[in-house]
Amino acid sequence: MLIPCPHCGPRDLAEFSYQGDATRVRPDPASTDMKAWYDYVYNRPNPSGPHREYWQHSGGCRAHLVVVRDTLSHEIISVAFAHAGLNTAEGRQ
Amino acid sequence: MSARRATGGGLIDRSQPIRFTFDGKTYTGYAGDTLASALLANGVTLVGRSFKYHRPRGIFTAGIDEPNALVTVLKDGVREPNIPATGIEIYDGLTAESQNRFPSLEFDLAAVNQLAGPLFSAGFYYKTFMGPVIGPLKGTRFWMFCEHFIRRAAGLGRAGYEKDPVRYEKMNAFCDVLVVGAGPAGLMAATEAAKAGKRVILAEQDPRLGGSANWSGEEIGGKKATEWAEVKAAELTALDNVQILTRTTVWGYYDGNNLAAIERVTDHLPAAPIGVPRHRHWSIRAGTVVLATGALERPLVFPGNDRPGVMLAGAAERYAREFGVLPGEKIAVFTNNDSAYRAAAALKEAGAAIVAIIDVRPEISPAARALAEQAGIAPLTGHAVTDTVGKRLTKVMVQHFDAATGRLSGDPRPIEADCLVVSGGWSPAIHLASQAGGAPVWDGKLQAFLPPEPNQKWVGAGAFTGALTTAEALSTGRDAGLKATGKKASRVKLPEVAAPALDPFPAAVFEIKAKGKAFVDLQHDVTADDVRLAHREGFVSVEHLKRYTTLGMATDQGKTSNVPGLAIMADARGLPIEKVGTTRFRPPFSPISIGSLAAERHWRFKPDRLTPMHDWHVKRRARMMEAGLWHRPMIYGEPGETVEQAYAREAAAVRRSVGICDVSTLGKIAVKGPDAAGFLDHVYTNVFSTLPVGKARYGLMLREDGIAFDDGTTWRLGEHEFLMTTTTANAGKVMQHLEYYLDVVWPQLKVHVTSVTDQWAGAAVAGPNARKVLQACVTGTAVDNETLPHMGIVHGEIAGAPVMICRLSFSGELAYEVYCGAGHGRHVWEALMAAGEPFGITPYGLEALGALRIEKGHVTGAEIDGRTTARDLYLDWMLSKKKPFIGSALMDREGQIDWSRLRLVGVISLDGRPLGGGAHIVEKADGNGLGTSIGHVTASCYSPALQKYIGLALVRGGKARHGTRAFLSDPLRKRFGQVEIVSHHFFDPEGKRLHG
Repeated sequence: MLIPCPHCGPRDLAEFSYQGDATRVRPDPASTDMKAWYDYVYNRPNPSGPHREYWQHSGGCRAHLVVVRDTLSHEIISVAFAHAGLNTAEGRQ
Repeated sequence: MSARRATGGGLIDRSQPIRFTFDGKTYTGYAGDTLASALLANGVTLVGRSFKYHRPRGIFTAGIDEPNALVTVLKDGVREPNIPATGIEIYDGLTAESQNRFPSLEFDLAAVNQLAGPLFSAGFYYKTFMGPVIGPLKGTRFWMFCEHFIRRAAGLGRAGYEKDPVRYEKMNAFCDVLVVGAGPAGLMAATEAAKAGKRVILAEQDPRLGGSANWSGEEIGGKKATEWAEVKAAELTALDNVQILTRTTVWGYYDGNNLAAIERVTDHLPAAPIGVPRHRHWSIRAGTVVLATGALERPLVFPGNDRPGVMLAGAAERYAREFGVLPGEKIAVFTNNDSAYRAAAALKEAGAAIVAIIDVRPEISPAARALAEQAGIAPLTGHAVTDTVGKRLTKVMVQHFDAATGRLSGDPRPIEADCLVVSGGWSPAIHLASQAGGAPVWDGKLQAFLPPEPNQKWVGAGAFTGALTTAEALSTGRDAGLKATGKKASRVKLPEVAAPALDPFPAAVFEIKAKGKAFVDLQHDVTADDVRLAHREGFVSVEHLKRYTTLGMATDQGKTSNVPGLAIMADARGLPIEKVGTTRFRPPFSPISIGSLAAERHWRFKPDRLTPMHDWHVKRRARMMEAGLWHRPMIYGEPGETVEQAYAREAAAVRRSVGICDVSTLGKIAVKGPDAAGFLDHVYTNVFSTLPVGKARYGLMLREDGIAFDDGTTWRLGEHEFLMTTTTANAGKVMQHLEYYLDVVWPQLKVHVTSVTDQWAGAAVAGPNARKVLQACVTGTAVDNETLPHMGIVHGEIAGAPVMICRLSFSGELAYEVYCGAGHGRHVWEALMAAGEPFGITPYGLEALGALRIEKGHVTGAEIDGRTTARDLYLDWMLSKKKPFIGSALMDREGQIDWSRLRLVGVISLDGRPLGGGAHIVEKADGNGLGTSIGHVTASCYSPALQKYIGLALVRGGKARHGTRAFLSDPLRKRFGQVEIVSHHFFDPEGKRLHG
């Protein structure tokens, strides 16, 4: 698998660390809604097809990326920085 | 003698005789021979015993599809089993043995298994050894009794126990076009791509390029096909942008056009030259892959089709043309297609007599008829072989056969023959395309699975696509090369081919149903009846069929048996083959060595992390140990000291006067920015925003699920600047943890984290005299109790180098951590040693550090083991109630505060002997010292302060057990004994000493 890192260009899977499902949302830190916390920490859909996930370019620029990957073909459909500020032209400078 | 060397012909070098040994007997072959061709040339046709029934077996193929002729090769003091003789190039001194026979290949006792045939049919193991116990000869206990005998009787080769002394290596490669297979199609594709200026890798599993050109007997471009291939190979070799890998099998097709290959670098040599590996694993990233992997011939299934002397027709042709070997004197041919006629002509030309051509079809093509004429025999059309006779083949039985109905008629009659060559049609070698993704497509005319539509970047060429003629191979090869380059106009001229116009389509006949054992999978002894038995018992899906009968398993992965097996199942179910489907091919395409997978990449690219004081430690005769990638002093042993004596002396010196320890390996992360304090409040369980500048605090991190993650001290160096320290082992994980939250969860926070582990050198100076040592060498700041209280931080200089000193203690003594720039590390360390000399300062290693912390009950990774919570470790006092933090929401779930959790305690050995880490604690021990575990020892040492063997342990109930006794139970190390469970604060529980 090759992941095109917006900083570094296409790089081999071995340079990246999988950092989990990017569709989950962390509840407010003070939230006591246990179901929301269980969903955030444990409950994962296992979709067949496109899936949003976090990958860190840990062997490169160390940025966290939001990667949309097809779980059937491993095709990389899109890549963006997880830190939204980095996706703007300003952020990239 | 029936099989023999032909007087001429073949690509072997008759001027270079080579001597080798098989089953203790010495034979001679020639350069260019495989073990299989050389054995046949010497008249050896019996080479193995079959997997279950121990039936005698001969050489069946000429390539990697070989199911029978598996041998054990003895080389470099190592025995390597299950290597197909058809893939072994002989060299002087080659020593090989046959397998699965006792006492000898000729006379095998276990051949009586044949009489017990029904006992070993499909599902035998399940039916006999699993499920309900009915009667004495059933069930698991019976299996345990029988296992030894069955394992001995059924099987392949025996692996050795010796350590493999040879080298393996890994390589990464990149290319625009990877061409797999160097037959006519592959050669054309590589030439086309190379001429367009692309970087090309051409991989061929055989030692010689050319593939079928080496045995087709055809003409290409007005030359003999072999010569044409030689010219092409020479042209390609001369090009700088082409890398040719021979003896290289591309065995895996992974995502992103990443392919795995194994290059057998020195298997064909008597000894590997110095520095050259045996196998090289290639990881190839290709822009486009041209799959020109050819096709594999299928056998026909009929009774006695496994007898030595029965061989695939294409293999026989190859032996005759490529190796100048005749597999028999009087050869019969049995086929459902035209290709076997070419083999008949080749065998006749090489000097054998063709005694019969038995064809299931009523009609054959004029080209086939012409070849039969060349072979000197009129074909018996509308006939089939129904049985074979002889330990080594002497006769075949022939009967009228109706290909449309599959019915036999008339009386069987014998035909004398010492060799029967068989062809059941050809299956494109689509394995890599199937691995790349997509389901194969059944072609009713070719009676074969064709490759799926590509869903990765590959192009097919030649017989792989189902185009079986050489002319098609050349044109599809060129087209594939062109497509791979993305160019429009070809730069390569298409050569003319002179070849008989054979009919490529076989009759749809896979099996001749007659009485007797007809084998589908020769390697696993699966018969046509086994397939039908599976059907009767409901195992009708191909995946179930495979698992129930083991059809298509083992080293050959059913290369010759998959399609016939499916055809028989389809027939039993009354369905067309495409409805039955096929199993997905998985890597590896053919067997590879584990050595090549475990080759040297990892340790080569792993750095050795050395602290700035490393050389000093080594000079001081420290015994170094690896902690992750770091090298750390374990003890600084004096001559004659044991490890225990050394660390006990070092630890005692710390408590008595002063010691010094290299702590440069601790993870250090600079946390900076206006929101740094708030961020740390999220990350740590305790509050950091209230920490004054110039002070440090001990912090604990949890994971989201509330389990303890890491601990360490964090120092506030400025309003917006912190230096976080982590455990050595978790430095990378903590960094990633922080980056994740800053990038993903709280991107709005203005915080930057930087790993500075390597930028700082650190020394812990610990002991009652620690302050005096600092006072003797630190300038620019006072270090008295007022200026530098517990957890205080000062900046100063030691011997001219700037230092940062924090008063904190892991040992429980008055202690300081002195940090300086890594480049000053040794200089500062030596200055501290000099200042400490009057106090007898003692350098101490990891063992003493461990003993000191166990005496104090401080936790490390052994206790923060990914299962324990803060409460399990009695760190509740660190859990802030004033703010949420990572893990706070889930840490107090029912299961995480249950009374029965393993919690931290101390244990003292009551028999004066050491406790081992990992040993279980049991409440009551039986006569063997065993019992129900209530926990385990996490760390242990000899405590010089208590003069006892002590340990930390995680025990059910924790504190409630203080003052009780239990037993150590460590059957692995045969260590049993009584222990007392106590508080984990063994020494100075009030913490008076660290205040000096």
